[in-house]
Amino acid sequence: MMTDTAVSTPDSAGDSLAREAWRRLKQNKAATTSLVLLALITLACVAGPWLTPWALDEVDWNAFLTPPSPENGHYAGTDANGRDLLTRVFHGGRVSLSVALVATFVSLVIGVLYGAVAGFIGGRTDNLMMRFVDIMYSLPFMFLVILLMVVFGRNILLIYAAIGAVEWLDMSRIVRGQVLALKRREFVEAAQALGVRSHKIVTRHLIPNAIGPVIVYVTLTVPKVILLESFLSFLGLGVQEPLTSWGVLISEGKDMMETAPWMLLVPSAFLAVTLLCLNFLGDGLRDALDPKTR
Amino acid sequence: MSQPLLEIDRLRVDFDLPGGTVTAVKDLSFTVHAGETLALVGESGSGKSVSSTAAMRLLPELARPDGAIRWHGGQQPEDLLLVGAKRMRQIRGNEISMIFQEPMTSLNPLHRIGRQIVEVLTKHTALRGSAARERACSLLEQVGIPDPERRLGSYPHELSGGQRQRVMIAMALACEPKLLIADEPTTALDVTVQAQILSLLKDLQQRYGMAILFITHDLGIVRHFADRVCVMQQGERVESGPTAELFADPQHAYTRMLIDAEPRGRKAPVPDQTPLLLEAHDLRVRFPMKKRLFRPADYFEAVRGIDLSVKRGQTLGIVGESGSGKSTLGRALLRLLESRGDIRFDDTALDGLDTAAMRPLRSRMQVVFQDPFGSLSPRMTVGEIIGEGLRVHAPLLGRRERDARVQEALADVALDPAMRHRYPHEFSGGQRQRIAIARALVLKPELLLLDEPTSALDRSVQATVIELLRDLQHKHDLTYLFISHDLAVVRALADSVLVMKDGEVVEQGDTEALFSQPRHTYTQELMRAAFLDHQAA
Repeated sequence: MMTDTAVSTPDSAGDSLAREAWRRLKQNKAATTSLVLLALITLACVAGPWLTPWALDEVDWNAFLTPPSPENGHYAGTDANGRDLLTRVFHGGRVSLSVALVATFVSLVIGVLYGAVAGFIGGRTDNLMMRFVDIMYSLPFMFLVILLMVVFGRNILLIYAAIGAVEWLDMSRIVRGQVLALKRREFVEAAQALGVRSHKIVTRHLIPNAIGPVIVYVTLTVPKVILLESFLSFLGLGVQEPLTSWGVLISEGKDMMETAPWMLLVPSAFLAVTLLCLNFLGDGLRDALDPKTR
Repeated sequence: MSQPLLEIDRLRVDFDLPGGTVTAVKDLSFTVHAGETLALVGESGSGKSVSSTAAMRLLPELARPDGAIRWHGGQQPEDLLLVGAKRMRQIRGNEISMIFQEPMTSLNPLHRIGRQIVEVLTKHTALRGSAARERACSLLEQVGIPDPERRLGSYPHELSGGQRQRVMIAMALACEPKLLIADEPTTALDVTVQAQILSLLKDLQQRYGMAILFITHDLGIVRHFADRVCVMQQGERVESGPTAELFADPQHAYTRMLIDAEPRGRKAPVPDQTPLLLEAHDLRVRFPMKKRLFRPADYFEAVRGIDLSVKRGQTLGIVGESGSGKSTLGRALLRLLESRGDIRFDDTALDGLDTAAMRPLRSRMQVVFQDPFGSLSPRMTVGEIIGEGLRVHAPLLGRRERDARVQEALADVALDPAMRHRYPHEFSGGQRQRIAIARALVLKPELLLLDEPTSALDRSVQATVIELLRDLQHKHDLTYLFISHDLAVVRALADSVLVMKDGEVVEQGDTEALFSQPRHTYTQELMRAAFLDHQAA
């Protein structure tokens, strides 16, 4: 039951959904702080290596395993080979962030489309499509990666591809579940009664309404991908020396935890801050994109 | 009637919301005496439920109640807003109990009925084990559930809506409360079931001598059921008094409006030689049940061989209770569902047409659904929602022309065209329903399927929407298929009526003839249940 009382604010100027969302995101302090921090970290990773006086693989023969000190120019200390840690963290950030970005984007596009189509068509098609997902799930991830390496040789692009190929599975399941619930709503039926074509129903009605959980899941996927990459690198299947990534740096730091704690702490701090910011930003985005929260 | 049981004295409830303070109830006073029924009447947002939840002290944390709620059911009078949490738990369930609108969600779906009743008994009485079980069984018997012994072992989903409400009543009665708060207990039920539940409540009230605080939006029920009435509007009491007096001589304009909100007028007939627009012969819809390997699938037939015909400009009312197949029939006629049998729409045979072949016809037949919250996509602006049909059926239309058509449609349904840039959640139920109608109208259809378009709306809003539908029909020469369980609305709008039960037509005919002389017993039963208040008047 509802009354016919007047509507909230008389702003009939007509803000687009994106501008409206941006305005609401700006009001969220945690999200804006996170956005700024993320931008700073990204900027540092992109521009940082040119600003530091040391190259990625340059050995400072005067400083092996020195703790952070401004006097010798190693602001985050050096590793056992006398390489500047800050430079390496920036370089590692380039790899980690780009893997995270590309793999998440790939999984987002494939997963959302695949899940939405499966859920919308339903019936036997849905069954077949989701069984394919199950089969993909049952393939051991390591086996897939090793297979790719054997066939195509070692290449950083393969890591992107391998991670993307696995991560979209979860996304497609989440989107399919959302779509299954959404397609029974009357606005979908109304669109069908209007004669709207199926692909338009999927893109215009179903996917935008499933966006909330998708965004939250994306913010969970990014850290997962960063960790997966470091796991692969740890096994020697990912990036190789002298190139590095946050995952590699952390696993190196872990071995030196007692003698050189900075080797663990510095890259971990970067990773942790990034992941935290992503989570806050995801929360903020979800709220901002929901037209009901005003 | 000397000693009041519950005394609400200048109650005020404020909600501290992020956007500021909202006052839900202000300066509300009323009393409930032992053994009587007080009806708290109002439309949504009038604060009627808030004031009763305040009495149970079940308000959300954001609420700030002020004033006094004096309870005289214990040894000495106490203020329910001030008593300790422990005593409040005693009062809840023991001395005051409550039943709610949604019997589906008020019961825990994971536990058997018996266990849920026994849980109440063990919490509030000394009964344990088999004694509690016996008591539960007798309670179920008292609320009229057949075979109570077996029903104790049932899960909520195995019961019908009416039976679930009966179970809720049984749980509320478990400790023989002095006051029963019934918050819209029959709103979610079919009319015939509603009549049964109301007479059950009346019966139990006499047997236990309890008072009932009956919260409802439906004055028809009140006239029949309550001793006294208190009418609320926007958190304030506008009028109160004994039922008969209030109905005979309503003082306040709002009360008069509520009493008069019943739709009036009749549909003017169309000329005899008007051509048929829609015709169906032996229409059948069936849904596959559980499929099993190596066995043909079982089918449930929701629509079982229906014939109907509607002339251009006519309104066909399709009436029935939930599960009668009336919505399925409507969707099948518009080919939104697969069906068997012949359908002709203005000389075109619809049966056998596939989606692509149907598409050009879609602009000529449109739908308005029941739920004004579910039928508009929350992520599209009103303008996009209304304009979507034009994108499909008039793709050559420029952005500006499309916008002009959208504005025209909004003006048609009496909404400000400037509102087209807003999102659906900013609108009230009645406004949303108008938007849904505008979405259908923008394509200039000939046939409009209206699936319970007014059921989710308040009575006063309902009347305006019905008026709108009537005007639009006149203006655009529309043909309506009007699906409803509300006989009063159908009577006001339809040329002819089709009464459905279990997928079949039990009676069909001219509206006036059917309403004045229903022949089938089921139709008679429906009318009796629906027009309770008219006979009393």
